[in-house]
Amino acid sequence: MAKKNPNIQQQINDEYDQLVQQMKPKPPYLRNIIAAFLVGGFICLIGQFVNNFYTGYLKLSVKEAAGPTSATMIFLGAFLTGLGVYDEIGKFAGAGSIVPITGFANSIVSPAMEFKREGYVLGVGGKMFTVAGPVLVYATITSIVIGLISWLLKS
Amino acid sequence: MSGTKKVGKQTVKFTHQPKIISTASIVGPKEGEGPLGRYFDKVLTDNIYGEKSWEKAESKIFKETIELAIQKAGLTEDKIDFLLCGDLLNQTIASNFAVRDFPIPFLGLYGACSTMVEAMVLAAMLVDGGFADYVVAGASSHHDTAERQYRYPTEQGVQRPLTAQWTVTGAGVVTIATEGTGPNITYATIGQVIDLGQKDADNMGSAMAPAATDTIFQHFKDTNHSPDDYDLIITGDLGKLGKKLTQEMLKQKGLDLTGKLEDCGVLIYSDKQDVHSGGSGCGCAATVFSGYLYNQLTNKKYKRIMLVATGALLSPTSSQQGESIPSIAHAIVVENN
Amino acid sequence: MRQYIYAFVVGGIICVIAQVLMDTTKLKPAHILVLFVTLGGVLSALGVYQPLVNIAGAGATIPIPGFGHAMVSGVLEEIEKSGIVGVFSGGLKATAIGLSAAVLFGYIMALLFNPKG
Repeated sequence: MAKKNPNIQQQINDEYDQLVQQMKPKPPYLRNIIAAFLVGGFICLIGQFVNNFYTGYLKLSVKEAAGPTSATMIFLGAFLTGLGVYDEIGKFAGAGSIVPITGFANSIVSPAMEFKREGYVLGVGGKMFTVAGPVLVYATITSIVIGLISWLLKS
Repeated sequence: MSGTKKVGKQTVKFTHQPKIISTASIVGPKEGEGPLGRYFDKVLTDNIYGEKSWEKAESKIFKETIELAIQKAGLTEDKIDFLLCGDLLNQTIASNFAVRDFPIPFLGLYGACSTMVEAMVLAAMLVDGGFADYVVAGASSHHDTAERQYRYPTEQGVQRPLTAQWTVTGAGVVTIATEGTGPNITYATIGQVIDLGQKDADNMGSAMAPAATDTIFQHFKDTNHSPDDYDLIITGDLGKLGKKLTQEMLKQKGLDLTGKLEDCGVLIYSDKQDVHSGGSGCGCAATVFSGYLYNQLTNKKYKRIMLVATGALLSPTSSQQGESIPSIAHAIVVENN
Repeated sequence: MRQYIYAFVVGGIICVIAQVLMDTTKLKPAHILVLFVTLGGVLSALGVYQPLVNIAGAGATIPIPGFGHAMVSGVLEEIEKSGIVGVFSGGLKATAIGLSAAVLFGYIMALLFNPKG
């Protein structure tokens, strides 16, 4: 049998992809948007309560309260992941529970827990930052690049 | 080709008609709750099955399914000539670890989710060719071992797209023999690897549909059969979308399978079970054949069926490197005489 | 009360943007998180993010762009105090509590619980 001609193959692939796109079920956009909005908003609402607790009762300044607030939210996200609840929330809410910092905590705890069976060093320690690692890398790089630019502009 | 057993380009005809004398299937709780639940030999109450890891659980399920298939055939391990198994895990550890306690010569296989039929075809060839009297063939998958290897940690909160499928937890095993009672294996069509450039690992049905289409079409061409000669043509794990695509493409090629084409992945779960496009994994075709289809054959509900197990031959590495998904489909014809 | 409403609405909208991106493009959650954290940092540098924080409070700080904002504003503040050194110390200093919490709680939860599948 003759080898496939790459040009004809590309055309067949494109035609097939059109058929796939046409038959593929569309995501329920509206439902997903509403779920993301409600859950994402609700998590931030809880964050605001926590923040106001630190500023109101413990008399911290808004700036001082930022750290404890995110730490508390991270604890909540981590704990719900441990209990096996956060993945259920995620199934319902999509980005609504991925984007808040609780989702960041979920992305740390879930691989750490998952790979415990591969040991505490290479499993828990090694896999903990499989998703959160890239976030830290890009956040750090962004802040350093912006910092350098701003420093250069000043001097 | 000098042999008389090959028909056309990709099909073999078994002249001694190897028999499937027993089957066994063990599945997880979700599969047990599905519409086919009562056809499986054993339904587990959880996916970990008293083990320390999901991989260990999968091997244990597989091992017990093999033991059960041998036992149901009225045989003992020393009577079995060869053992042919495969699964989805890296280096097929589920199979390799499951069979280490059996004193039976073993061949490990990998055909992704097409492994069950790959194993059955090779087993039938060994028997038909006079190399063996009894061959045990099986395949297994496990939702959680597959999920952590191919996708996300199981507790990560992600939304699965509607085209995504749910890996079946379960193992299916058959005993194929020269003599005995049971339906015959009459034909097998071995698929070629087909790749139409689909890349979405959350949409494997679309990647595999062209392979299923090609193998089914080739089967009819090689054998000169018509769809009316079959009571059922059932694919392995195309899911809802893949099944629709296959039906459409075969129609375009002039083969109308309306009402004849089914898919194990569509049958194994109900719509209420939140699995989106349907079941997948080696265990899907393996358990549905060993449980439901074998039962329907022995109860004479079907006279002749074709099982077309489909496999998406990707790895997490190939996906991350932006490769498309090559796919394969193997068909086997099982009939009552 | 108004503060809570703004937190809810702004936080919700940020998540909706991510959801639409996930549903209409091939981006996976990890890509979205990286994109958003970077975007948060850039918006912070452009002076857009802090006003949003002033209005929405947790609605802007709890979503992941808030993390990028915290790092960038930390760097910019530290440059004021200690010059070039601040470029390298400010970001992690500003987010130290969150990061320590993430590592600590992540580790503890992994010790305490097993995945349910």
